[in-house]
Amino acid sequence: MAAAPSAIDEFLEQEQNKELLRFTTAGSVDDGKSTLIGRLLYDSKGVYEDQIASVKKASVNRSAGPIDFSLLTDGLKAEREQGITIDVAYRYFTTPKRKFIIADTPGHEQYTRNMATGASTAQLAIVLVDARKGVLPQSRRHAFIASLLAIPQVVVAVNKMDLVDYSEEVFNRICGDFREFARDLHLSNVYFIPISALEGDNVVTQSARTPWYHGGTLLHLLETAPIEMNYGEDMRFPVQYVVRPTLDFRGYAGQVASGTIRQGDRVMVLPSGRTSKVKSIVTFDGDLDEASVPQSVTVCLEDEIDISRGDMLVRPSRMPHVSRRFEATIVWMATQAMELDRPYLVKHTSKQVRANITQLRHRVNINDLSKIEANKLELNEIGVVSIETHQPLFFDAYRKNRGTGAFIIIDPVSNLTVAAGMISERVDREDRRTSMLSGVEFERSRLTAAERWERAGHQPVTIWLTARTEVAYLLERELFDRGCMVHVLADDVESHLLPELAKMSSAAGLITICTISSDSEGERERARELVGFEQFVDIDPQSLSSKDADAKDQITRILETRGFVRPDGRGLGGDGI
Amino acid sequence: MSAVAEAISPRSLTHLRALEAESIHIFREVAAEFAKPVMLYSIGKDSSVMLRLAQKAFFPGPLPFPLLHIDTSFKFREMIEFRDRYPATLGANLLVYRNEEALADGANPYKLGTQKCCGFLKTRALLDGLTKYGFDAAFGGARRDEEKSRAKERIYSFRDAYGQWDPKNQRPELWNIFNARIDKGETIRVFPLSNWTELDVWQYIHLENIPIVPLYFAKERPMVVRGESLLPVEHDPPLLLGEKPQMVMSRMRSLGCTPCTGAIRSNADTLPKIIEELFLMRRSERENRIIDHDQEGSMEIKKREGYF
Ligand SMILES: Nc1nc2c(ncn2[C@@H]2O[C@H](COP(=O)(O)OP(=O)(O)O)[C@@H](O)[C@H]2O)c(=O)[nH]1
Repeated sequence: MAAAPSAIDEFLEQEQNKELLRFTTAGSVDDGKSTLIGRLLYDSKGVYEDQIASVKKASVNRSAGPIDFSLLTDGLKAEREQGITIDVAYRYFTTPKRKFIIADTPGHEQYTRNMATGASTAQLAIVLVDARKGVLPQSRRHAFIASLLAIPQVVVAVNKMDLVDYSEEVFNRICGDFREFARDLHLSNVYFIPISALEGDNVVTQSARTPWYHGGTLLHLLETAPIEMNYGEDMRFPVQYVVRPTLDFRGYAGQVASGTIRQGDRVMVLPSGRTSKVKSIVTFDGDLDEASVPQSVTVCLEDEIDISRGDMLVRPSRMPHVSRRFEATIVWMATQAMELDRPYLVKHTSKQVRANITQLRHRVNINDLSKIEANKLELNEIGVVSIETHQPLFFDAYRKNRGTGAFIIIDPVSNLTVAAGMISERVDREDRRTSMLSGVEFERSRLTAAERWERAGHQPVTIWLTARTEVAYLLERELFDRGCMVHVLADDVESHLLPELAKMSSAAGLITICTISSDSEGERERARELVGFEQFVDIDPQSLSSKDADAKDQITRILETRGFVRPDGRGLGGDGI
Repeated sequence: MSAVAEAISPRSLTHLRALEAESIHIFREVAAEFAKPVMLYSIGKDSSVMLRLAQKAFFPGPLPFPLLHIDTSFKFREMIEFRDRYPATLGANLLVYRNEEALADGANPYKLGTQKCCGFLKTRALLDGLTKYGFDAAFGGARRDEEKSRAKERIYSFRDAYGQWDPKNQRPELWNIFNARIDKGETIRVFPLSNWTELDVWQYIHLENIPIVPLYFAKERPMVVRGESLLPVEHDPPLLLGEKPQMVMSRMRSLGCTPCTGAIRSNADTLPKIIEELFLMRRSERENRIIDHDQEGSMEIKKREGYF
């Protein structure tokens, strides 16, 4: 075995730049799924190995004759005969361009949960359609699952074209039918390919028997389809594990769930709402300037903040929803039916919390997507539910972010994973009210800020105060008596609205004292951004005297020092400009 | 079709870096959610890769779990030397467990047959070892591409209180969210390399310069040549009439106990050569129409080779 070092070294070099694509295949029994997968595994292997092996042996004696490709995969039929559990099987193959992971799932309705499982990690779905039969209910089901799990790309492989004489007409009709019903599905990219898995047409090599087809082969598509996952672009970093080997190193280990985290970024920690800056992004292979989904890294912050597993780092201006209530579509995966108001556990990113399913809005008919009245969900059924968790989760809608929109439900008694959930886009009640304010315009006024300051005798300022309502009212009196235009915004139930309201009163030139009953730095940071940090005074509750009157004086002095009001009386008037 | 969401390409990681990130995530999940995890350390190449990934997962901290080697007493001397040297250099805490009772009874593959011998010295020893230390999660280096029957194995593989695996009772696994709930006495086997292929493992070892046992590299070694097979002479295998050891340029494709590990004739004394050899072997198997993408061989070898 004399080595050809340059060839192998070149090969290894090239191998190291290869990408990874995960896809799922769904087809009904006898559509030819095993044959297709077998062909992909076998033919691509040949192509791949020739790359390196041809250095050794110039001529290859490819054995001719039909091969039963379904032997490569243990097909569904065999499994059924042997009574083996039907499950998702993972298969691997590689070409010079990419490595592929196939989640091979059975297509029958009774295997909905397996299809959902296979689809959960897929970046692309191949839906097989038998050219003779056209688009059947099961094809719809497969497309629906791809849509539900937000797989970014779907390839409709119209198989057994050899049995319809490679007819362009048949192919076009099937494409049309599929497009027609898929119009209501949220599928981003759909491709159609006429193939014969058995004969190999358009699988790995372009077929001469479909001259009317100008797209690429299936393998070509797999090798060139964009590697995307439908993660949003907002940075989400769920803390998985705290690395603390010595007293002077404290790192937060996790896998970036979406977006990019950069060294020097200002980040907010949820749920505490504390903010800090990214000091470094540490890995075994050296520090990084930035890390993107799906990298696993360790983040160090500039400030000592108490952070533990289940917390999440985000950018203050791009917050996820923070809520104990949300709506979701769930796929029920257990033989024991879903029950309302029974304790379950929800595991979402690195957080596991107790939860209840408070309402079953409706069941979804997986074949035609119609809504069905229902009061329970059985194995393999899909439903839209309301969920309430015991602690808030930090999430995005699944369609916007597969990383922070997905969760599983665990039965705390049997410990089984009983459902998979996708959080709905529907914004919750609070959010909708917040967004009502976003239409209000502040910038169009013909009055200038300077005119307002002059009239008021002081600049607008927003004072953020936690858990000291009494102090807020004392301060309001003090400032009012000094001639300031001042008012208090107390949160009660609507704390999420405070930032927007503060922005309005700031625009009107008022001094606004926001008093919030419990620490919510999410709101605080939003307020700081909205009114602008120069106009924002954040009072650290720990620094205040426990006596209300003293606390009021302390804040007054802060306002004086920062130049918002004069020590002796009114505000600063025009001087402050 | 309407676009659902801006589909943002993650800045494309190479396949090895993507697999690495996934494995690191798994290591951290387990360390965070189980009371007492352990890494089953078999000394082979997959264990070496696992060890590197675990180092990366907790860097700059130490491994938050010990390693456990189930020693059958029939391992190659070079394996034991490697075991006693390499993990220590990483600051790993290595535990060794043997079924001393069976060994005292003279358990060996010649007397018991391979299957029974494995049953006592590996499977039993492993279960006893886990129980002795009270481990609730054990990392193993098994991969799904090793053989067809493994294609459906979960990353978190649930074992009941008797250490039994029930294929019907495995939990669905979605996204990268793992269910770590178990009752007392139950355990989870965790396979962080599930999505790696044999080729990925070799490429990663090459890319990362990961130390492996020298037995993987070709060298002149004393072997008994029996038909097509090469039998290592360590631990004195019973010889047939007229057989005597001779020096053969050879290496091991997988590492296990000497009586059950065949060597292959090979000149592959570097990683690139090993990878090249792997290709040529597959190719010839393919050309001879042996359709079996399980390269490490039959279930039998697998059983002999590891715990899983
Ligand atoms: N004529 C023809 N037969 C095919 C094609 N693909 C699969 N088949 C046959 O259809 C049958 C079912 O195929 P199989 O791959 O086992 O289907 P599965 O149940 O979807 O996995 C087998 O007899 C295959 O040989 C094709 O493209 N053309």
